[in-house]
Amino acid sequence: MVPRFLMGRLLRPLLACCAALLLLASAAPAWAEFALPPLPYPADALEPAIDATTMTIHHDRHHGAYVANLNAQIQANPALASLSLDALQGQIASFPEAVRNNGGGHWNHSQFWAVMAPKGQGGAPSEELLAAITGRFGSLEAMQTQFNQAAAGRFGSGWAWLIRKADGSLAITSTANQDNPLMDLPGLERGTPLLGLDVWEHAYYLKYQNRRPEYIQAWWDLVNWTEVNRRYGEAAAAAAAAPSTTPARP
Amino acid sequence: MAHTLPALPYGLDALEPHISRQTLEFHHGKHHNAYVTNLNNLVAGTELEGKSLDDTITAVAGDAGKAGVFNNAAQVWNHSFYWQCIKPGGGGTPTGALLDKINADFGSFEKFVEAFKAAGATQFGSGWAWLVLDNGTLKVTKTANADLPLAHGQKALLTMDVWEHAYYLDYQNRRPDYITTFLDKLVNWDFVAANLAAA
Repeated sequence: MVPRFLMGRLLRPLLACCAALLLLASAAPAWAEFALPPLPYPADALEPAIDATTMTIHHDRHHGAYVANLNAQIQANPALASLSLDALQGQIASFPEAVRNNGGGHWNHSQFWAVMAPKGQGGAPSEELLAAITGRFGSLEAMQTQFNQAAAGRFGSGWAWLIRKADGSLAITSTANQDNPLMDLPGLERGTPLLGLDVWEHAYYLKYQNRRPEYIQAWWDLVNWTEVNRRYGEAAAAAAAAPSTTPARP
Repeated sequence: MAHTLPALPYGLDALEPHISRQTLEFHHGKHHNAYVTNLNNLVAGTELEGKSLDDTITAVAGDAGKAGVFNNAAQVWNHSFYWQCIKPGGGGTPTGALLDKINADFGSFEKFVEAFKAAGATQFGSGWAWLVLDNGTLKVTKTANADLPLAHGQKALLTMDVWEHAYYLDYQNRRPDYITTFLDKLVNWDFVAANLAAA
């Protein structure tokens, strides 16, 4: 079987064709495997803040491994086959640790690529989002300062997040390893992630080594606010459609 | 007395090509050094000032309110220990009482290697793999982030740093290659044997 990260790189033009063939083939597995999404821009598009070598290894190898390892869990955990990646996050506590780590790794990195854009192409916070940020933190800069503290203060591997909580308020939080705020884990501040920053050392070590704060500072130039705005709007719309502030339990 | 950064027991390029000079410069000169600085800043003016590193660690282990002290103190301990666990021309197989004990407690040296490799490879995120003495028995363990055997009543004999900063410049995502090299080319078995003899 072709590793997914290679498929994304080498066979992307053929992907639609392959997918159609898979649908027709009776011997195809009954489940849909999770797939590594291609980077939404070339690997060098985020230079100089994030170098092309880091992006290539991070996407193809690290993210690729999370996807492959998650798929390797499907047979032992058949419930995975019928869950979307999003839906999996909210039920992660009922799965083994390998699903939590790799399912989280897949979701978090898919999110990470999407909330970045080449410098100057990420737009700006929408009026609605900016109002929510200002209302909660005082200013965009104050939010960024708090986010930077969460990102720099995460000891070991993990993520910093701007989230929209179930009550509609915004918050800054951080998670260890590949956990995220969608997960039904004890002690975790839950909400819909609007913006998440990878502070595993693999995200920045080739270029910044021990200087994580420099990486965090440079990263703000890459934020794809257009995507953050979309995520905020989607979270607000979902909350409006389901008026209860407590998410339904399975 | 303030905590200090111990000098490396070998030159910065002594572990080439297995661990590069650049990695050691950052790992010892920046990471380890920062833990020492942070620890001294955190304990200054507190009841922990002047305590030994071991006493500091055991005093704050498990105290969520002292996580910052624990993390930095434990990382000072872990790194000071790690530098002694490796040496130029290391690796291979131990001898004497240590080998006998490994054979007795793991079944064979190969089984120890298998367990140690697995511990290092499966420590998800940042952390350490260990050979410890636990109530008289050798065991392989793994700990997350700064956690260490001292906090679990175990005696550390050997450690391997699997924070990404320990190997990323040289091996990137290939942690298993770093682990294999660590065992084949770097382990200072004399140090491990001395730790067992002193236990």
